[in-house]
Amino acid sequence: MSSVSQTFMKLFRGSSGPDSIPAQSPQKLTRRSSGLGELSRTWESSENLCILDLGSTSPTNIRHFTGRGHRIYSEDLLTASTDPELATKDEQGAAILDSRKFLADNLVYPAAHFDAILCWNLPDYLDESLVKPVVGRLWSVLKPGGMLLAFFHTRDAGPDSPCHRFHIVGADTLEMQKIELRREARRGSNSSAASDGFQLQRVFNNRHIENLFRDFASIKFFLARDNVREVLVVR
Amino acid sequence: MSTTASGLAQIGKSVVIKGELSGSEDLYVDGQVDGSIALKGHSLTVGPNGQVKGSVDSKTVVVQGQLNGNIQASDRVDLRKSATVTGDIAAQRISIEEGAYLKGKVDIQRTDAK
Repeated sequence: MSSVSQTFMKLFRGSSGPDSIPAQSPQKLTRRSSGLGELSRTWESSENLCILDLGSTSPTNIRHFTGRGHRIYSEDLLTASTDPELATKDEQGAAILDSRKFLADNLVYPAAHFDAILCWNLPDYLDESLVKPVVGRLWSVLKPGGMLLAFFHTRDAGPDSPCHRFHIVGADTLEMQKIELRREARRGSNSSAASDGFQLQRVFNNRHIENLFRDFASIKFFLARDNVREVLVVR
Repeated sequence: MSTTASGLAQIGKSVVIKGELSGSEDLYVDGQVDGSIALKGHSLTVGPNGQVKGSVDSKTVVVQGQLNGNIQASDRVDLRKSATVTGDIAAQRISIEEGAYLKGKVDIQRTDAK
């Protein structure tokens, strides 16, 4: 089973192995986000909101929300999806991740609990077998009328687009930092993953995105200059 | 459990404790504690080798190692860059270093100034 896990995780993370060059100190880039700007109006005008951040733990985001009197939940789903115990095979023998086990360990919240969910670029980098189940769970934990922000690369971004974490530094401004998987080593998986980044799993077109969020009440697209579509959906 | 020259109670990295811990002095945990820790009005530090599985209730909590449980601090919580925390945090102030891992809720409880 361990060899299946290792093969699968290698596919999932790309081809770099233990000899890869350790990641450089991540640089931070700043970008404007129209989707964030629209979402910001919610948390600037309301109090005591419940917000779920699905990116890597960001002290900046935690400070941003707690400073405004909101409650923030932090859950790094991408890192959680690298748990080798999730690796399994489907009926055809193809390597997949066990979405049932994943959702038993993650995103465990009461129904309609959150006012806003920051999904960032999670769907682009999450394993195919987890994407729909995760979006289904996000729908159920989001309050009716609650909003979810997600980013999707366009085809022009290319297959090697690095996975970033996002820090909110202004009402419509984000700081992006390339993700290092340093934490993963602490979570018990193989140490070679520590220097690997996440690999873009697919490129969704607009129809795919609409299908992915078909259970939501509305969807709004914002096309950014950096080959990223921002999507703001309302339950 | 030992006490340092500064009067800080210390659980060394080879020590494993199963059960509830409570006290009225500052505590440094660099070993393993499976159970809740209550140090009302005092500080708890989970050292880099420390592993705590259980809820924590104290004045200040500093985490450098692993903590699996909810944290209730009457003053502040400090998550250092090597910290791995799975659980909800309720405190008046929180400081999280870049690189710390948190899976859970952060709830800042403000004292009414009125």
